[in-house]
Amino acid sequence: MNATGQPVPHRPELLRVDGVTKAYPGVVANSDVSFAISEGEIHALLGENGAGKSTLVKMIYGLVKPDSGRMVFRGQTYQPSEPRAARAAGVAMVFQHFSLFEALNVAENVALGMENPPPMKELASRIRAVSTEYGLPLDPSRMVGDLSAGERQRVEIIRCLLQDPKLLIMDEPTSVLTPQEVDILFRTLRQLASEGTAILYISHKLEEIRSLCDEATILRRGRVVATCTPRERSAREMAELMVGATLTPPARAGGDKGAVALEVAGLSVASPIPFGTSLKDVSFAVRRGEVLGIAGVAGNGQDELLLALSGELKSASDAVKIDGIGFGDMGPNARRRVGLVAAPEERLGHAAAPDMSLVENALLSGVVRKGLTRAGFIDWTATQDFAARIVQAFDVRTPGTHVAARALSGGNLQKFVVGRELSQSPSVIVINQPTWGVDAAAAAAIRQAILNRAAEGAAVVVISQDLDELLEIADSFAALNGGRLTKPRPVQGLTVEEIGLMMGGAHGMEVVHHGA
Amino acid sequence: MFGGIDPTLLIASLMVASVPIILAAIGELVVERAGVLNLGVEGMMIMGAVCGFIAAVETGSPVLGFVGGAAGGAALSLIFAVLTQFLLANQVATGLALTLFGLGLSSLLGQGYVGIKPPLTGVVPFGPLADIPVLGKIVFGHDWVVYLSIAVVAAAWWVLKSTRMGLILRAVGESHDAAHALGYKVRRIRMLAILFGGGMAGLGGAYISLVRVPQWTDGITSGAGWIALAIVVFAAWRPWRALVGAYLFGGITVLQLNLQAAGARIPVEYLSSAPYLITILVLVIMSSGRGKAALNAPASLGQNFHASR
Repeated sequence: MNATGQPVPHRPELLRVDGVTKAYPGVVANSDVSFAISEGEIHALLGENGAGKSTLVKMIYGLVKPDSGRMVFRGQTYQPSEPRAARAAGVAMVFQHFSLFEALNVAENVALGMENPPPMKELASRIRAVSTEYGLPLDPSRMVGDLSAGERQRVEIIRCLLQDPKLLIMDEPTSVLTPQEVDILFRTLRQLASEGTAILYISHKLEEIRSLCDEATILRRGRVVATCTPRERSAREMAELMVGATLTPPARAGGDKGAVALEVAGLSVASPIPFGTSLKDVSFAVRRGEVLGIAGVAGNGQDELLLALSGELKSASDAVKIDGIGFGDMGPNARRRVGLVAAPEERLGHAAAPDMSLVENALLSGVVRKGLTRAGFIDWTATQDFAARIVQAFDVRTPGTHVAARALSGGNLQKFVVGRELSQSPSVIVINQPTWGVDAAAAAAIRQAILNRAAEGAAVVVISQDLDELLEIADSFAALNGGRLTKPRPVQGLTVEEIGLMMGGAHGMEVVHHGA
Repeated sequence: MFGGIDPTLLIASLMVASVPIILAAIGELVVERAGVLNLGVEGMMIMGAVCGFIAAVETGSPVLGFVGGAAGGAALSLIFAVLTQFLLANQVATGLALTLFGLGLSSLLGQGYVGIKPPLTGVVPFGPLADIPVLGKIVFGHDWVVYLSIAVVAAAWWVLKSTRMGLILRAVGESHDAAHALGYKVRRIRMLAILFGGGMAGLGGAYISLVRVPQWTDGITSGAGWIALAIVVFAAWRPWRALVGAYLFGGITVLQLNLQAAGARIPVEYLSSAPYLITILVLVIMSSGRGKAALNAPASLGQNFHASR
């Protein structure tokens, strides 16, 4: 009954982590970390990106060896040398970036995560049985590449459950789910906990932790800074413990919107990505000064929409109009010239060339609008200035503009990439996942910068999987689902329930959802 | 129609002509299914050809010759494995270098063996079965390596499809990061796959120098390794289709030889380039569909793996 908030006395301790330290060259990922989990407890591990949560659970799962400290599991010293040993001891893990194989089917994926899988036929029937028992229906013969993100997570969870784990580790499980799917997941987790399975739940989503978890350990820069009972704390208190500073939400200037700057009408394009989602009849319009937030579970056409808007994916001329002129059949540079800039989700390899310096990366996208060439030759002085100004204005932490893009941390590179686009006095801005993997302070800075450009009269399209982010900065809201875009609606007055339904509800779960 | 061309003989001889390509292609298919692109097939084949030839001549045993051939190919592939799996060298460049190295080294090793006849690899005695009309010649008239090549295709198909070993191999080729996260030894699995590929290519090469030609000359494989690489793509990484592809190529090779012998009024140059041209043509047609063939490719093909965390 732990999930309902009533204290359960005398639960035996399952795992104790005692003074564990792990250092990598140049960074201490975990320093003297201690905490304990009891059987049937849902324990939150809370912290920002880079706080050391992932390293800690990788040590528990045997992927990383601690430098010092010890762990005790079910009363015995526990030193897993590899994931196999951890699985044999009764520890299972659902990964943040799914450890699934797209070209294999569900049963094969499950078999790969088991020590001694039964023959395929028997395994398939066990998958069916366990998945219905926990309200997570799955067809064992389907290709994982064809599944939605929520269904893929089900595959991972079922893979763990078939091994009858004593401790289930979940690394940021809800970042790819619709609100309805989150509900279903939580119900499953509570059911598991009531059966005695302990769950180590990693997240930075505070409201979720407050509703789900019994205890929380908060990490900052590799150290345990606090432990608390989430239900007794406010989300704000926990956020400040996590960040170590007080947070101010971004300020938003109200005001009238101008003329339509970007208009998309009946945009349908095939996806160039294997297992991608083609766009089907996407239509919307964004006015100057307006921020349109586009939500959706990963893999529902977000990448394709960004490509179609940036010009990397061409369409019919009139499908994409900038300031009333058709640009659908034009490439990225033609669109940049008239003021449309785009920042894709993938920082390394798409938004930035990993092995090129920040100066060169600044040139690659800024050359058109900032006039960084003279008679066909690169004006390195001007380019250097441009890069230096981005670094300064967006607080990019780097030894200098000469370092390679790949040397920057994810958050810093994201600030650079977004800063580079926003510094080109754009009239239309398209950004996919502006704050993915960025810590809270940097995320707030990026959001503020986007809002500032909107206030200066730019039309902004923000594609994101972070609903809180969209609700914070967007004026209007639409959702991508299977390559189709819902009709944009004003953000004011939208409920989470409605948003979830716009995102497609719980994919393929409606029947069970109502039956459960 | 074609003068003196006998279809029974044609089929029987295309089965023999295809053996080196089948063996090399199946080896490379397994390597690529594990996510490694080894373009050094030609080099490993010719190393197998020369090592097999030397071993057979020195021991007087054709069987030991084939063993030597496989060992020679595997030894060369070990260089590739160490360079790409441990030193993280670029696979395409390393594979090309391996071919050049193999061609040069084989020519050096084979210097004293030009003009010698190797011990004969005999036909498997099937007794009265071989006297069955038509079928006897096609099915029961070959040496043991022909049957081995078909058995290898069947074994590769079965292992990849139905065994846990095959599943793990495919998983590693599909996503080495996910496989590593689950605790599989990506590097070890790929090493073994590369060695298997080298051994099979070496066996194919030895078949050329011990049975097909049979003698040693420089550059004896004459591009068979490249054809094997093309056939892996043609087969969309499926063993049985590799067999079909190899028979298709072998068939055209044998047919053009027969046409030459029958005195067809087409210049010899066109005839002898026909198998290569047709292979290119088929590849272009296969790949032009955009998708099917590409989707079947192992997702991690040609990418180096490094366990960074």
